[in-house]
Amino acid sequence: MTIEELSDIQEQEQARQQKLANRIYCCTAAGCVSCGADRVRQSLHAEVKKAGLQEQVEVCGSGCMGLCSQGPLVRSAADDALYGHVSPEEAAALVSGNPVDRQLLAGKRIDTTAPFFALQHKIVLANSGVMDPEILNDYIAVGGYQALAHAVTELSPPEVIEEIKQSGLRGRGGAGYPTGLKWELVAKQSSQIKYVVCNADEGDPGAFMDRSVLEGDPHRVLEGMALAGYAVGAQQGYIYVRGEYGLAIQRLQTAIKQAERADLLGNRVLGTGFQFRVDLRIGAGAFVCGEETALIASIEGKRGQPRQRPPYPPESGLWERPTLINNVETFANIPPIIAKGGEWFASIGTAGSKGTKVFALAGKIVNTGLIEAPMGASLRTIIFDIGGGIPDGGRFKAAQTGGPSGGCIPEQFLDVPVDYESLAKIGSIMGSGGLIVMDESSDMVDVARFFMEFCMDESCGKCIPCRVGTVQMHDILARMTRGEGTPADLDMLEQLCTLLRETSLCGLGQTAPNPVLSTLRFFRHEYDAKLAASRGGAQ
Amino acid sequence: MATTTPSKPSKAADTARDNRAKLLERAMSRHSYSGDALIEVLHTAQELYGFLTPDLLKSIARKLRLPPSRVLGVATFYHFFSLEPKGEHSYIVCLGTACYVKGALGLLETLERRCAKAGRTSPDGKVSVNSARCIGACGLAPAVIRDGEIVGRLTPRQVTEDLDRIGVK
Repeated sequence: MTIEELSDIQEQEQARQQKLANRIYCCTAAGCVSCGADRVRQSLHAEVKKAGLQEQVEVCGSGCMGLCSQGPLVRSAADDALYGHVSPEEAAALVSGNPVDRQLLAGKRIDTTAPFFALQHKIVLANSGVMDPEILNDYIAVGGYQALAHAVTELSPPEVIEEIKQSGLRGRGGAGYPTGLKWELVAKQSSQIKYVVCNADEGDPGAFMDRSVLEGDPHRVLEGMALAGYAVGAQQGYIYVRGEYGLAIQRLQTAIKQAERADLLGNRVLGTGFQFRVDLRIGAGAFVCGEETALIASIEGKRGQPRQRPPYPPESGLWERPTLINNVETFANIPPIIAKGGEWFASIGTAGSKGTKVFALAGKIVNTGLIEAPMGASLRTIIFDIGGGIPDGGRFKAAQTGGPSGGCIPEQFLDVPVDYESLAKIGSIMGSGGLIVMDESSDMVDVARFFMEFCMDESCGKCIPCRVGTVQMHDILARMTRGEGTPADLDMLEQLCTLLRETSLCGLGQTAPNPVLSTLRFFRHEYDAKLAASRGGAQ
Repeated sequence: MATTTPSKPSKAADTARDNRAKLLERAMSRHSYSGDALIEVLHTAQELYGFLTPDLLKSIARKLRLPPSRVLGVATFYHFFSLEPKGEHSYIVCLGTACYVKGALGLLETLERRCAKAGRTSPDGKVSVNSARCIGACGLAPAVIRDGEIVGRLTPRQVTEDLDRIGVK
């Protein structure tokens, strides 16, 4: 495919879609599939056939539409209406353009002007619900691969990097390292062979943003990676994806094949001299592989154990070559930045954190699902306005961000803007975007124990502070939750927190104490109450 | 693997077995027998055979020219690989934070009491119990993958009834 052909396809596909009387999008993300979206889609297909409307009405899939708690979700493009809890029996009414039939569905229609939708700002998830992730032409119709075409013909690699630096984009995997700087580091290396790696080993419990992006818009990630390859001078990319994400793996395999066949990846990208190939590497269930040096070891076919840094991967990574590692959401932000310019991106968000962030809302919250909000939105906006608050009249107790490396944020900080610096200041981290809401029924000591159990299981065993420390901390926390803790236990717990943070080899061990530290800081009375209760029990 | 194994394997079973070896060989040759592809090869082997036996690991080590210790090391490091045959039925309890907050531990407790500890199979080979770190069905919390299908909003009572139904003692 050449650049002219790309634009031709875009126009033709747009015109074709406009001619249709209706295009019905069925959410095909894991959340909706697990509550019966496939049956809805089949029955829609059958109804279209029965009505003889194959030429006028098209039924297709779509990425995650966000409101997972109301799945299966279906969007009808003709009247731009979103329906929730759709059952296969309602397919006929959806296919029919007749207003009387449509009336039957009125109760299932979701108000898309509600705060859940109105307060979101979609960049990464912009295509979810408006295109089929399994059809390349759908992505091209919404402007896909135009950023890559623009870059390889009109921009030099340093210009691409300059644009990313100007955007102020920071790594979305959790640490928040400036993306432009990382790209520059890799570009500076003189090695002939370099690699681009997409970290799709999303392991935080309660986080499913990256999975949704891979399932809902796989070509966007490929385009972002190709742009990175062009900018840093790499010809080979790898996507390291969790083995548990079957649907994402399948969609990526399809997308890579489509892109290669259309010369959007491969030896002659868009008919130019730029070469870039992408291969998948499937993880095998090890949380620590999200750490970049462990991920590299795993791609090389070894046990996923981290190594000492420096050297950092931009100098010596995969097979000791310069390697650029970014997370899925970071790559997904690249095509719109190149298409609309760094300045546009930098106009969204706060002074230190630009753009938007995707969050997976879960736990005790009304609107469980996937949302995207501008950086700097407050937790209150995210949880109460977008998220709809706590169900069953419950009372908010804490929000947990950053998974096992993060912390619990109590009520008094609900108005803190969500960005990298503000969250760090209150003892949590942005993390990859999992946001779990807890109400009064959650026992915070047990929450700390839960995360410590996670770290204990997932510790790779290489360094002693993490391997042994997590076990000791877990034992103490388990004793406390059973009401058998002593004041000496509490002292030991605090000492171990410092020990792990300062002496562990990698991020897993260094951040493992965070949930304990933050619950100790904000919910110390719960620890004290447990100690008091165990003293009372002993008497 | 819980299917009955007749003393004399039928011809059809024999060809299926040959095919598996052939498919595994093909996967290794696709990666030019490179040791870097060990994880991909183990994925294929487990897909074909259901679990990884010592003989299978040894033969993979020989073909990829890796020390057997490295192959065993990798196979035991990653949760995904299983060195034991799987039960007739499988329950994978999601222990992601959302499921935890909504009571997944109660489901796991029921399964562990009735069948086997997480990661193991019940002595009668009937049920394998496992836990997973977030299967991404947070909207359906607490969720379980039962025989490959996601079942959401479960209670310990429903799990008990389910186990009764499939005849677990």
